[in-house]
Amino acid sequence: MVKSKLEGRKVTFHDMCLRDGMHAKREKISVEQMVEIATALDRANVPMLQVTHGAGLGGNSIQHGRALATNVEYISAVAKKMTQATVSVLLIPGLGTMDELDEAYAAGARSVHVATHSTEADTSPQHIAHARKLGMDTTGFLMMAHLNDAAGLVEQGKLMESYGAQTVYVTDSAGYMLTDDVTEAITRLRDALSPETEIGFHGHHNLGLGVANSIAAIAAGASRIDASVAGLGAGAGNAPLEVLAAVCDRMGIVTGVDTFALMDMAEDVIVPLMDHIVRVDRESLTLGFAGVYSTFLLPAKRASARFGIPARDILIELGRQKMIGGQEDMIQDTAMTMARERGLLDAAE
Amino acid sequence: MKKIKCALIGSGNIGTDLIYKIRRSEVLEPVWMVGIDAESEGLKRARDMGLKTTADGVNGLLPHVATDDIQIAFDATSAYVHAENSRKLNALGVMMIDLTPAAIGPLCVPPVNLREHADKLEMNVNMISCAGQATIPIVSAVSSVQPVAYAEIIASLASKSVGQGTRANLDEFTYTTSNALVKVGGARTGKALAVINPAEPPMIMRNTIYCETDDSPDQAAITASVRTMITEVQKYVPGYRLVNGPVFEDNLVSVFMEVAGLGDYLPTYAGNLDIMTAAATRTAEMFASEILAGKLTLKPVEAA
Repeated sequence: MVKSKLEGRKVTFHDMCLRDGMHAKREKISVEQMVEIATALDRANVPMLQVTHGAGLGGNSIQHGRALATNVEYISAVAKKMTQATVSVLLIPGLGTMDELDEAYAAGARSVHVATHSTEADTSPQHIAHARKLGMDTTGFLMMAHLNDAAGLVEQGKLMESYGAQTVYVTDSAGYMLTDDVTEAITRLRDALSPETEIGFHGHHNLGLGVANSIAAIAAGASRIDASVAGLGAGAGNAPLEVLAAVCDRMGIVTGVDTFALMDMAEDVIVPLMDHIVRVDRESLTLGFAGVYSTFLLPAKRASARFGIPARDILIELGRQKMIGGQEDMIQDTAMTMARERGLLDAAE
Repeated sequence: MKKIKCALIGSGNIGTDLIYKIRRSEVLEPVWMVGIDAESEGLKRARDMGLKTTADGVNGLLPHVATDDIQIAFDATSAYVHAENSRKLNALGVMMIDLTPAAIGPLCVPPVNLREHADKLEMNVNMISCAGQATIPIVSAVSSVQPVAYAEIIASLASKSVGQGTRANLDEFTYTTSNALVKVGGARTGKALAVINPAEPPMIMRNTIYCETDDSPDQAAITASVRTMITEVQKYVPGYRLVNGPVFEDNLVSVFMEVAGLGDYLPTYAGNLDIMTAAATRTAEMFASEILAGKLTLKPVEAA
């Protein structure tokens, strides 16, 4: 065996089951289930876990689906049970607001991913500054990173850093990035940002690269990695945390998590909870292949059933039109337009 | 024919596009453009188009209000400075059309409630937001048929059409628009979402309107009401177009709209710019016509 160059490197894992995983559950995870899963993550020594509606603060909507409880109910139920883990939230400006961040903080959230599309960092200064004012661990989260090049990501990351972000993430929302893309983006950011600013990576497993890309990110200088137990997340899921933990153990990367406990959790808690097995299949692979926001998977399947257009065709068309996160309304719209063009829908409808 | 003289405050995308809209008006004339940077592209363009300009903010305009007979001012700055601008100009008897999300005056969506504002001699009316102008007519069209418990709208905007002011103040945009879905749209509760898309070529402004009705929706009546309302909006924004819907699923009514602009200052994809400036111009025209007909006399507002 070759000795790993990453031996001794320290990485902070951030679990996404209770946020990105909400997408895979159509936002239907109960408060009790959240507490059960969060408690198990806390026991397995996972240092950070995200708890909100899949679209984050303000996410409860027709556009993004309605969860079984409010974000405040989820956060407060989970936060008071944590012995060591930090509870984080997602905030996408344009959807979530600073008022909602105040409520989340009051409920016990102490970290936030302030997320913008990878070219629109300048919609986040108010929210990042506000999170810092609250004393929260603050991340700037550049979504759909494949729609910007490495130089552009550096420019956007520097903006977020200038607003006060302590960590900047490359977020592969479509699971489209190849390993070399991840290496280049993270390397350039690591060179350009202040040494105190951490770099993070959030992958999706649509091309089966969730673990490999996370390791490439660590090798290039990322010290925070988002993943979820059993990959519970949008599309083909996030990088499966128990697999990533096992790989890190083998490579000598220091994560502090209990890998066997995560393996047990995946098998005994998360997989039995899944409505469909979260994996690379025809439609989720299409997301990674065409560069489509992973969350579009289930709405595209619903539109497919309703209007008779194959989900893959809808997803490819959404990718061609460069639709981004937050434009879930355009899935039904696009399906209807395609159905009309194919003679499946009355012209007057 | 005599025209009412206007000042434009804020030399960004909206202020600049307003010059084109107001110049075409039969009752309005753009005279002053107010900015804060003498070298800005917006002030330069305004000078080239024959407007008087000042880079000293509203204070640079005040000495000229009486001599140039300015009666209506359009404010396209930001929510934070609007209140002060409005106070200073109202004190001189200038009526304010507010294009910021400040919303200190009553909210105006022309095909829904313009008439009642003219009747009340308002000295400050607020135009809400581009998303509000594009979606509230549809919410109103549905709520005029039957009670709407909740209205939710999603506005997708081309990145190139969204100026610094909107970017830095997305929360204000969200609050003002959500509130207006209720106050003007007639829904009991409302929520507004905005998405900024950088695709090239830029995407045309899209708006999706969801209304949840209390009872089973009267499909024929709602469809007819929505189509009538679209015709009303098209009178001042010809590129306001129904793409899909209304579609009905249980008590949910969904309408998918597109807004193409006239391509005055920014290309046609920036329908968000047009629907705001066209609505503001239409509002000002209503007041100007009343003034010209002698039915309305603007009076200075004494400072409270």
